[in-house]
Amino acid sequence: MDDPLVVHSRLSVLPLSLSLSSIDGTPTLVDTHNQEKLLAVNSVGKVFSKGVVALEDMQLTINEGDFLSLLGPSGCGKSTILRMIAGLMEPTTGRIEWEGGVEQSNGSIGVVFQEPTLMPWATVEKNVWLPFRLQGKTMRSMRNEIDEALHLVGLDGFAGSYPRALSGGMKMRVAIARALATSPRVILMDEPFAALDEITRFKLNNDLLELKAKIGCTILFVTHSVFESVFLSDRIAVMTSRPGRVHSEIAVNEPYPRNETFRTSASYSSYCRTTSEALENSISEAV
Amino acid sequence: MTFVQTRMSGGIDDASLAAVNEERKRLMRRRFEKIGKWLLPALVLLLSLWFWDRIVVWNEIPHYILPGPGKVWTTLVTDWGLLYDALKITFRITMLALLVAVIGGAGLAILFTQSRLFEMSLFPYAVVLQVTPIISIAPLIFIYVENKLAGLLICAWIVAFFPILSNTTLGLNSTDHNLRDLFRIYGATRWQRLVHLQLPTALPYFLGGLRIAGGLSLIGAVVAEYVAGTGGIGSGLAFTILEAGYRLNIPRMFAALLIIAGTGVFIFLTLSIISHLLLRKWHESALKQEQ
Ligand SMILES: Nc1ncnc2c1ncn2[C@@H]1O[C@H](COP(=O)(O)OP(=O)(O)O)[C@@H](O)[C@H]1O
Ligand SMILES: [Mg+2]
Repeated sequence: MDDPLVVHSRLSVLPLSLSLSSIDGTPTLVDTHNQEKLLAVNSVGKVFSKGVVALEDMQLTINEGDFLSLLGPSGCGKSTILRMIAGLMEPTTGRIEWEGGVEQSNGSIGVVFQEPTLMPWATVEKNVWLPFRLQGKTMRSMRNEIDEALHLVGLDGFAGSYPRALSGGMKMRVAIARALATSPRVILMDEPFAALDEITRFKLNNDLLELKAKIGCTILFVTHSVFESVFLSDRIAVMTSRPGRVHSEIAVNEPYPRNETFRTSASYSSYCRTTSEALENSISEAV
Repeated sequence: MTFVQTRMSGGIDDASLAAVNEERKRLMRRRFEKIGKWLLPALVLLLSLWFWDRIVVWNEIPHYILPGPGKVWTTLVTDWGLLYDALKITFRITMLALLVAVIGGAGLAILFTQSRLFEMSLFPYAVVLQVTPIISIAPLIFIYVENKLAGLLICAWIVAFFPILSNTTLGLNSTDHNLRDLFRIYGATRWQRLVHLQLPTALPYFLGGLRIAGGLSLIGAVVAEYVAGTGGIGSGLAFTILEAGYRLNIPRMFAALLIIAGTGVFIFLTLSIISHLLLRKWHESALKQEQ
């Protein structure tokens, strides 16, 4: 419980040295945390074969320590931009610029998909070991990292279980543990909780925030839920429907840690209203 | 609310009684099914043996036309030495063929997934080999292959390798696309992807192919023996049947047939057990068996 405070103070100290905050093209409600820039999505467009324009002139800046949500209707290109950031796909136009470059294949990016995407033939700990294993590291030498990751997601004692013995929420926790085990520069999450029931989703939302406070990672979180994005993030980028681009950004200036009290607070509802309106505008303007 | 009301009106007792009854019925049904699974086939076997025996006795059929089950059994016992030697030969060829089929089938499948060019050039011929009846290829093989053992192996292999090849290829190509992306993000090499993703994914498919191939390699070995005749390496079960046929030793034909069938069952069961042991921890197919 003390940890979050420590992390926060560290974060607030950091940016003082570098206050060249992002110069976004987007006008609305952007808060300037003066954080260190991590990566910029610079006028990115993506045209698939058969002429499907998924993204057009997309602008987005992600700063160190951000919890940034990408909110938009389904089919607007959220997964596409995530895949490009992960290096699985090249933009048709524009560039994705990493501050200080990104070492590919070094576990510098963690990914969580909508499905847990575990290897069913491997135990929980072996699934978490995967990124290290692909770097040629033995399980024994990574023992601490693996156990620490499992501890962070609350899965102590499940190291030897097979995925099929776990519930949907627990499988998702394993996927999160795997994503954060390598201490990546950014964790990309593509609607990770969309397939879970609401009770499990709320619990995972809370735990995700707690976890982020502990390790101070940067998260880019894709969702189509207004409520989830407001509860979790400090910035929400609202996207237009296809071709997708960032329509507006909303800063959720509410302190962490957030919990059930925030979920029922008046400011939460007002943020939800603002965000809903922005989403509605983004869709109606695109049509 | 409704629960409370039923409890107050005493409905809960009736309900729990019914539940207990239901549970008891279910258990009995399950026990019946468990026993029936073994008892019923055994009953059918006994009945048909008895019927077979009666037909022979009532019609006074001489045993060089149709031996009764008792006669087959005594032949099995008295000829055991000879039959056992034949079994060893057939079994050895079957196992060797299965081994070569595993290596050849799985190896080709791996090559196919590594090189699309390779697959495009060779796959059609694998299909041609598979669909041409072995009985029509075998005589040719024995013309050109001097070594009898090698000829038998080739025949059995041709019959057995295809299910392994096609199943394993399917398995290697069935990897989860998100896992594939994950491997790419973590910079996995081709080799790492093969070993840590494709091979484990393909394992259940491969094992399915293996079970089919086990039976097929026995068929291949038997057919090849029929074609090859004797000489060189001694005679297996199929040749024993042929030879006994020439001598009108019908009981021995039946005894040898029985052993071949038994061998087939043995191979299938063994492979099923191996498959179960390898998959029981994680695969859906094994999960169902456990319950
Ligand atoms: N590989 C692809 N080939 C062609 N079209 C694609 C491909 N991937 C995505 N699309 C299209 O691009 C659009 C955006 O897709 P996606 O990024 O998955 O949307 P979202 O994740 O926001 O629901 C969709 O209309 C989809 O049909
Ligand atoms: Mg998507």
